[in-house]
Amino acid sequence: MVDASSEAAQLLIAPTGAGKTLAGFLPSLIELENMHGNGLHTLYISPLKALAADIKRNLTAPVQELGLNVTIEDRTGDTSSHIKRRQRAAPPDILLTTPESLALLISYEDAPRIFANLQRVIVDEIHALSESKRGDQLMLALSRVQALAPKLRRIGLSATVDDPDAIARFMALDQQTCPIHFADAGVAPDIRMLHPLEHLPWAGAGGRYAIAQVLQEVRKHKITLIFHNTRAQAEIFFHALWLQNDDALPIAIHHGSLDRQQRHKVEQAMVNGQLRAVVCTGSLDLGIDWGDVDLVIQIGAPKNVKRLVQRIGRANHQYNAPSKAIIVPANRFETVECVAALEAVRENDLDGDPKGQGPLDVLCQHILLVACSGPFDPDHLYNEVRATGPYLGLSRKDFDDCLGFCTNGGYALRKYDRWQRLLYRADGTYVLRDPRSAQRIRLNVGTIQDTDTLKVRLQRQRGGKPLGEIEEGFAATLTPGDTFLIGGEVVRFESLREMTVEVSRQADKQPKIATFMGTKFATSTLLCDRILNRFEKKDWQGLPPDTIDWLELQDRISTLPKPGSLLVETFPRQGRHHLCVYGFIGRNAQQTLGLLISKQLELRGLAPLGFVATDYATLIWGLEEVMDPKSLFSLTDLESGLEEWFAENALMKRSFRTVATISGLIERNMPGQRKSGRQATFSSDIIYDTLRKFEPDHLMMRITRDEAMSGLVDFSRIRQMLLQIGDRIEHRRLGRLSPLSAPLFLEAGRVPVEGQALERMVAEEAALLMREAGLEI
Amino acid sequence: MTGYNFTLAGADLVALGTGALFWPDKKLLCVSDLHLGKADRLMRQGGPLLPPYEVKDTLYRLEADIVLSDAQAVVCLGDSFDDLDAEASLREDELSWLTRLQAGRRWIWIEGNHDPGPLSIGGTHLQSLPIPPLTFRHIPSPSSSGEVAGHYHPKVQMTLRGRHFAKSCFLVDGDRLILPAFGTYTGGLKTQSPELTGLMRPEAIAILTGKQARAIPMPR
Repeated sequence: MVDASSEAAQLLIAPTGAGKTLAGFLPSLIELENMHGNGLHTLYISPLKALAADIKRNLTAPVQELGLNVTIEDRTGDTSSHIKRRQRAAPPDILLTTPESLALLISYEDAPRIFANLQRVIVDEIHALSESKRGDQLMLALSRVQALAPKLRRIGLSATVDDPDAIARFMALDQQTCPIHFADAGVAPDIRMLHPLEHLPWAGAGGRYAIAQVLQEVRKHKITLIFHNTRAQAEIFFHALWLQNDDALPIAIHHGSLDRQQRHKVEQAMVNGQLRAVVCTGSLDLGIDWGDVDLVIQIGAPKNVKRLVQRIGRANHQYNAPSKAIIVPANRFETVECVAALEAVRENDLDGDPKGQGPLDVLCQHILLVACSGPFDPDHLYNEVRATGPYLGLSRKDFDDCLGFCTNGGYALRKYDRWQRLLYRADGTYVLRDPRSAQRIRLNVGTIQDTDTLKVRLQRQRGGKPLGEIEEGFAATLTPGDTFLIGGEVVRFESLREMTVEVSRQADKQPKIATFMGTKFATSTLLCDRILNRFEKKDWQGLPPDTIDWLELQDRISTLPKPGSLLVETFPRQGRHHLCVYGFIGRNAQQTLGLLISKQLELRGLAPLGFVATDYATLIWGLEEVMDPKSLFSLTDLESGLEEWFAENALMKRSFRTVATISGLIERNMPGQRKSGRQATFSSDIIYDTLRKFEPDHLMMRITRDEAMSGLVDFSRIRQMLLQIGDRIEHRRLGRLSPLSAPLFLEAGRVPVEGQALERMVAEEAALLMREAGLEI
Repeated sequence: MTGYNFTLAGADLVALGTGALFWPDKKLLCVSDLHLGKADRLMRQGGPLLPPYEVKDTLYRLEADIVLSDAQAVVCLGDSFDDLDAEASLREDELSWLTRLQAGRRWIWIEGNHDPGPLSIGGTHLQSLPIPPLTFRHIPSPSSSGEVAGHYHPKVQMTLRGRHFAKSCFLVDGDRLILPAFGTYTGGLKTQSPELTGLMRPEAIAILTGKQARAIPMPR
């Protein structure tokens, strides 16, 4: 490590808990012994504010013990503005920060001075960053820093990943890759699937049936982390767990929607060893060291092998002892997925989705931030951007489109020639037309989208205790008196006041409304393929007898889905005709497939009524039988349906809002916006509709479409599947439902197919309300 | 014209699903808060570069209502322009489109808080317009009756069987009518806001815009 410290870029890969962060700092400490006080020497970047603070603690102690005269400071969104100002004037030797704070730093006019003596950059948890736009933004910011400090050496620290070369390419400079150092992989984890004492449920994702067994395990260990895939599931499980926690084991809950103070309290209690277990979500995924965890329990199929491995790594932060983990399948099908995942972990076969080119909305934001720091030459900037990993091979046209967008909006209708955001000057450089806009651009920095959330507080006391946050969309569904779960408590919705949800405590054991929504992960391609391969070989190893019986019954009555072909079943049930498509392409894509196929059915007059999707299959029901399902799966037909569907689709509008905010078309924090009254602001949906009508090929629409295709809509997986199967569609016409389709009937999240349904509902509701109120004008 | 029919101070009126008001006896069409030139104003002030199509879109919808209703008079109820400079930002083709719409009918611009001064554009410019039994003005005045006003951009937010939606709306009680904003780049103020609950009487109704205009009791 120290030997290799002269490389321009390098990557260190080590399993969680191997002490790689300290290794990353060692060369800096050695160099700083002789040259401290010469301005910023080392920049450390982590994806979490909390991690920066954690490192500061862990690094300051040994530095003081060694008597080194090295200044270490952190700079995040939580740092006060006067400290930030001071840091710009007199930077410390080592600065610990986040991608967003770095992006802000490069936007200041004094950036060249701040970074003049910078020698090293350490990017921690780079595997996590490289999967998101935050990483793309970071690499763009670093390309800027590199231009200011050409001798800069970068080192990335990563947990074990499927494709180290991809991360090496991501962080390399101006070339295809960089040297990779692998630390010893440590001891293989001790990981197993829970063998349920009861029959497994057919559907559902909560794993509540296993609570007694989970408590048993908690009793046997020092500290257990109980991971869930969504916040909602964590809340429900936590609530149910406490109803059965007869010996009152100290167990807490931790997830991203909880109030910050509440989370800190839980973290502190963990460090102090006051807790026996924590029910949590991804908020504990990254490498913060919070105590003596000796068991990890994953509730529900992990959906993704890489995430599972990282979670397992949370147990036992000792390098030479195996981490111990138990997976709890939530339903019968998940036993298959869990077994496939365990096998993948043992074979160290990690899933990775190939990463496309760096997103253009992030590039737009970067161009604007660079403009804030002073005039720039477009050719220089293009070369700088093109040399960074994620944007390697960026075409000049894409760059110019982004530059055009930043300059005059990039609209076909030239309306803003007088009011351009950037001016092109005679010397060939671009500058901000109005220097005041720099402040507005900086306020908009970052790529993380807070979905609109509302704070939840206890009513009664003045400034009642904050409990956490819920999504605005969920808040809108509440009426006074509804009860829901937050932080493991059942609360009653009282009122919505000035963007705050006021609640009271409710002694009820059963919340009326399930809980707030949350994102659902889609099962990775790797896991889906493994499951299909097992089906083909009829490899039932490791599966409980219940599951084996069920799969064999499916094979007798219909057939098992296999790689390379698409199984489609049709059968009648309760007076309706059903169509079940086993695509194995993950929840998002199966959902999209449901929308597109219902559209095809509607066109054929087969009157679809609704559908439901899981990670493996889509079940569609309607009034007419589908005689020739093969004809439904023409890629061209589905694609044209998609184009129309974009028009009125909430997912597209949500993607658009993200893209438009990141690229600076919409401002996130308009100064004084709240004060000037809400009617002054209007929804991004209006902008989306306007662009769709008048300039559907605008850069923003292009980016939105590309993202939706691979993200929420996930059409890329549908396309990939259809290309792979060609015309190998296996249709089974059955007299009744098949064993494999049965759980779909219990699945939540049914989507009604509605033409005039909403209009009709409004009409009925309006008549009812008017009658009730005795109103007639 | 099909819409929601109601009576204000003895005048028979029709609230159209588009957000415009029609008074059949006078063949008068009234729209409020067009906010033309909003994208341009935000730009001028160093803000984001919104798609410059909102004037086109607003005029397109206004023209459709004028043609369908065959209105002999058009009243724009204030905040027709997003600020006094916005008029100058209109493109040549947008201005001539407006002129074409004005041809052969009376056209009245009522002043709003965004466009309080005289404008050079054709039409009659007034602070308020009394046509008994009604009075048209931009900001409602709590003491008057038979008043048609705009300014607040009212909208209804509702949840029906778990589905959340928002629609701009008219508000009507025995004294007054408040029009929704007609302009494309406009947001709304919830009917629950104190400005609106304080202004409207308890029996007020909200007429939702949409494919078909429908009335519900005003959500408070």
